Amino acid sequence: MMNVLNRLRGHKPETSRDIAKQRLQLVLVHDRSQISPGMLEILKDEIIAVISKHIEIDKDGVHVTFSQEGRDNKLIADIPLADGRRMKGQS
Amino acid sequence: MAARVMTITSGKGGVGKTTTTANIGVALALLGKRVVCLDADIGLRNLDVVLGLENRIVYDVVDVIEGRCKLRQAMIKDKRLPDLYLLPASQKRDKSAVKAADLIRVCEELSPDHDFVLIDSAAGIEEGFRTALAPANGVIIVTNPEVSAVRDADRVIGLVEAAEKGPAKLIVNRLKPELVNRGDMLDTGDVLEILAVELLGVVPEDETILVSTNRGSPAALDERSRAGQSFRNIARRLLGEDIPFETFREAAGFLQRLSRLFRSDGRSG
Repeated sequence: MMNVLNRLRGHKPETSRDIAKQRLQLVLVHDRSQISPGMLEILKDEIIAVISKHIEIDKDGVHVTFSQEGRDNKLIADIPLADGRRMKGQS
Repeated sequence: MAARVMTITSGKGGVGKTTTTANIGVALALLGKRVVCLDADIGLRNLDVVLGLENRIVYDVVDVIEGRCKLRQAMIKDKRLPDLYLLPASQKRDKSAVKAADLIRVCEELSPDHDFVLIDSAAGIEEGFRTALAPANGVIIVTNPEVSAVRDADRVIGLVEAAEKGPAKLIVNRLKPELVNRGDMLDTGDVLEILAVELLGVVPEDETILVSTNRGSPAALDERSRAGQSFRNIARRLLGEDIPFETFREAAGFLQRLSRLFRSDGRSG
């Protein structure tokens, strides 16, 4: 679907060079951190469980990913709070 | 002055470590440097044939380590260049015959009389690699613009850093400009972005490498060899010269350049 959209917008189709680069970036994140994609899911569930004890969060909106800066890797957890609840509790 | 001891390694085999070692050695010697190429791939000796010195070997590095000869007796002088030597690997022994401490001692003995000791490492990340890394005060990683070679290079770069031998310098070997241009090969920039290390050089795929290995005369000696030119540029960068990196844009055919022009025209957004 994305490919069709891209083509309609006049983008050239994804080359094997692009695919190689994306696949490498992804596999190296896991190679470097020694955390498999499955492990990352477990980590995400546990982070949700711990945070949920204290704050209400939007569990479906949680994203746990790796990001690379140079040769340093970061674990990024993006955890949206449940809508408006926190504010109500405080007022 | 102490020599720069540089280990050339890759993780994956067959990416061109030995060819790179031989050609950088020749290119540095062409610039008047005193160079020893040390084959640390014990049991799988090949630097001798790439340099064309295989017929003159009497002793090897294991003979030196085990005291059967003096270091000087095992060093083979290249007749084409004033100050290029080969210290060959043993072909009948295996990796366990050379320990890290042995190689460190050999390099310490070579150091005062030479400018460069280039160590051709064994492939892999096991004992042979670790031994070859031990005496190094600089590391060159050779990779090809190809998924498995880049992945292995990343692993080795991590190990080099963990051993506090970094930062490693990268050579992208066997780049095919035509494939890059039609979107079927990783470009140097892609590899650099992924590996995040310093670039030392880019070497194009070039038939003259095969021919020069057939003849035992490294391509760096051939004025007309494109790969040879890249290795000569690498040697000058090692000496601190600021040589621009090759892009090989001119290597793309006329039709390819034309079609790229059209494609970039149609892609405005």
